[in-house]
Amino acid sequence: MTTTDTTGVDAPGTAPTEVAPTQVCASTPMGYGSMRRKEDARFIRGQGRYLDDIALPGMLHGAILRSPFAHARIVSIDTSAAEAHPKVKAVITGETLAGLGLAWMPTLSHDVQAVLATDKVRFQGQEVAFVVAEDRYAARDALGLIEVDYEPLDAVIDARTALDEGAPVIRDDLDGRTDNHIFDWEAGDAAATDDVFARADVVAECDMLYPRVHPAPMETCGSIASMDPVTGKLVVYTTTQAPHAHRTVYALVAGLPEHKIQIIAPDIGGGFGNKVGIYPGYVCAVVGTIVTGVPVKWVEDRSENLMATSFARDYHMRGEIASTKDGKLLGVRVKVLADHGAFNGTAQPSKMPAGLFHVFSGSYDIAAAHCQVTGVYTNKAPGGVAYACSFRITEAVYLIERLVDVLARDQGWDPAELRMKNLVQPEQFPYTTALGWEYDSGDYPRTLQKALDIAGYAELRREQAEKRERGELMGIGISFFTEAVGAGPRKTMDILGLGMADGAELRVHPTGKAVLRLSCMSQGQGHSTTFAQIVAQELGISPDDIEVVQGDTDQTPFGLGTYASRSTPVSGAATVMVARKVRERAKIVAAAMLEVSPDDLEWEKGRFQVAGDPSASAAIADIAMAAHSDLELPDGVEGHLDATCVYNPPNLTYPCGAYICVVDVDAGTGQVKVRRFIAVDDCGVRINPMIVEGQVHGGLADGVGMALMQLMAFDSDGNHLGASFMDYLLPTAMECPSWELGETVTPSPHHPIGAKGVGESATVGSPPAVVNAVLDAIGVRHADMPLTPAHVWRAMRGDPIRTDLAID
Amino acid sequence: MQITVTVNGAAHTREVEPRLLLVHFLRDELRLTGTHWGCDTSNCGVCVVQLDGQPVKSCTVLAVMADGREVRTVEGLAGAAGLDPVQQGFSDKHGLQCGFCTPGMMMTCRALLDRNPDPSDTEIRVAISGQICRCTGYENIVRSVRAAAEMERAARVEVEEVQA
Repeated sequence: MTTTDTTGVDAPGTAPTEVAPTQVCASTPMGYGSMRRKEDARFIRGQGRYLDDIALPGMLHGAILRSPFAHARIVSIDTSAAEAHPKVKAVITGETLAGLGLAWMPTLSHDVQAVLATDKVRFQGQEVAFVVAEDRYAARDALGLIEVDYEPLDAVIDARTALDEGAPVIRDDLDGRTDNHIFDWEAGDAAATDDVFARADVVAECDMLYPRVHPAPMETCGSIASMDPVTGKLVVYTTTQAPHAHRTVYALVAGLPEHKIQIIAPDIGGGFGNKVGIYPGYVCAVVGTIVTGVPVKWVEDRSENLMATSFARDYHMRGEIASTKDGKLLGVRVKVLADHGAFNGTAQPSKMPAGLFHVFSGSYDIAAAHCQVTGVYTNKAPGGVAYACSFRITEAVYLIERLVDVLARDQGWDPAELRMKNLVQPEQFPYTTALGWEYDSGDYPRTLQKALDIAGYAELRREQAEKRERGELMGIGISFFTEAVGAGPRKTMDILGLGMADGAELRVHPTGKAVLRLSCMSQGQGHSTTFAQIVAQELGISPDDIEVVQGDTDQTPFGLGTYASRSTPVSGAATVMVARKVRERAKIVAAAMLEVSPDDLEWEKGRFQVAGDPSASAAIADIAMAAHSDLELPDGVEGHLDATCVYNPPNLTYPCGAYICVVDVDAGTGQVKVRRFIAVDDCGVRINPMIVEGQVHGGLADGVGMALMQLMAFDSDGNHLGASFMDYLLPTAMECPSWELGETVTPSPHHPIGAKGVGESATVGSPPAVVNAVLDAIGVRHADMPLTPAHVWRAMRGDPIRTDLAID
Repeated sequence: MQITVTVNGAAHTREVEPRLLLVHFLRDELRLTGTHWGCDTSNCGVCVVQLDGQPVKSCTVLAVMADGREVRTVEGLAGAAGLDPVQQGFSDKHGLQCGFCTPGMMMTCRALLDRNPDPSDTEIRVAISGQICRCTGYENIVRSVRAAAEMERAARVEVEEVQA
């Protein structure tokens, strides 16, 4: 079921689509609208080309030996037996790397991370040695022949004890380090917020954990490195969402000349943030090819993926919310203890150690807000910003949406009414929050009302009351989120000093077919289709006639890549701008063709025509041929029909949405059944509504998984208890309801087509809706995710447990 | 040891290690890379192929167990007449995004429609409940299979009308 609702606000040059989402157009639309994806032709035939599908001539296979301990000193490593294996070509240890100056690599957060451990291991699953062998089985066999003598050390597993006096110091590799403290950071006005709280009628506080989770894309991470010993060119096929950033980092880390590095991202089997960072295995594959002189492939297995690559969240939050006695929200403040694992490797704009968490005042008109975040090291894998989180807006939305529900529960207020009363009003946009963000547009009350209408909210509450009479547990949970996506601007947002702006290059060939080259990289988002549709909308060239090139640094312009829902807001805008540049050139060419002044021409999609004389016109394909022909152009006008552009976003875009979850809880077992899920998203103008809907569906499933199933706990020795899909449970078709979607459309005023991005909205917005629903059902003020049957059972008995530790 | 496996109608004889997994036999020996690998523990189902018509997780089947048997992979779905309705359904209804789980999903759904030409939504969900998709939230996979069932029903009606 889908419901569409469009505001009167139109973005320049666009009309909101009238095609019902998921209703694929009979013919290819000349622009926006639902159309079948161009990339599907290969995927449905099994002809996708993912990393592990690539086999280069003479290629060897790598495997990594990992630490069984969370914290231990390495006494010795004996690789002689492994080296004697007949199929082994090389065994690389931290010592080998140290000789090359590669034992440590910089992280995205101004820290260093061990590529292969030399002194100590600092989390279970940390990389210790790398074997290169003739086939993948032999490489694994040889791992068992490496003898490592460890001296186990006490581990810091509970982040809440990381700063205790006498806690083991994890990062004694860093000069002068005597504790596990990484940073303190704050945002907002502490004094003004304290003042509001001192005067407030009502204050509600709540301790909550957004537990460690893992994005777990179906394809794990991997890399094939191939160094040509003659030319010195390094080609790296790799699972990356940000190929250009990877190239620059390889150049900086390995001291290789950047023009001699080519990064190629083949088809990617899901990313969700897991494929932003550079992992030790990638560097090992590079060293492997340098050492052996032939290509080396490394692909991690599922346990390696879950144990060692980028996790997400792990925020311990104490939140407080203040309001008047009649429910006007006044202030919100929060103290966060952030578990960053053994190396500070979070991936976010480098000036923001807590990412964009400081949008936590959410969708409400709140006068004062303040956060204080402390980051600590623990003996767990590094990471923290991954899994479709929009640089920690997941945590921010969860915080505010739980606090609003806790306040409503404490005061006996209806959570829908409390939200409606406090939402930022349409006339307040652009709205500057207490934390300094300038929200661009939205009609929050209409979005929420639409969700309430689809849900039949009043009727649901009646049904709930009746069921309660019978002792049945039914819950209704609401979440309203505001996202902030499309990073930069470059002046405030960079990663490792690389400003967050993205390039696009468009060439229209003489016959009117086109190729668009992008810096971003699809992991399933459908860029080949969506971006072709943007060009089609701007130039009137069919999407079928536009090839989209991405993922190969030798073929595409520089840019920071695809994560934080930034492809459409940034690369989409770059595509619009470059298409409009081409259109300007086409206008001059058309004027020469028609022997009129450019000022006399009007653009009708696909052609320029003389004002007042529609019979005198030139179609884009004819203009393209003329632009490459002997036609004489005015002085100073270059021939051909191509352009390049770099788009530096003036602001973030701010999608929003209202989500309502309905659950039934089995009072006897604590089992939660998600019966209904209503999602009304406003992501501005939708280019391909079918693709937008699909991304929302996926994010909603993420929310159900994180809220109810995805458990990544550790025992007191630091053993990872969620290191396979037998333990780390992901939602299947049985846990997911048939999603009920709606939409409102308030275009972004500063984006050239009013689009806002949507890739992570549902992952950000859905977890609090599910949690609010479960807690509403069982009548409990708060319990932490994941609300597994065991956790719900304990919460129902007034004894909720820590979900991050397997210590009771 | 030597095995002969018929894959998508063609017999392949190979000398293999007894421990070789069927998924690696297909991918590395025969270079049929449409069948993927995802988890090691038979939870995710991106490796599903049909073994004598039954969907199996090829990461949990040894290649030697397929000796003398028939394997059908995603590469064998489309026929001379074009795409299988399941493939067409997935494309029409946006049943895939990254495409990594798609071959396994389609092989399971093909087997479902072979034994139950008109499955309910719940029957579709049960059929794919041993497989994981991280992109679609499953809704459009259900719609894809329903669309495929409808295409096959329409085709059957057409055949019956021609015969009548």
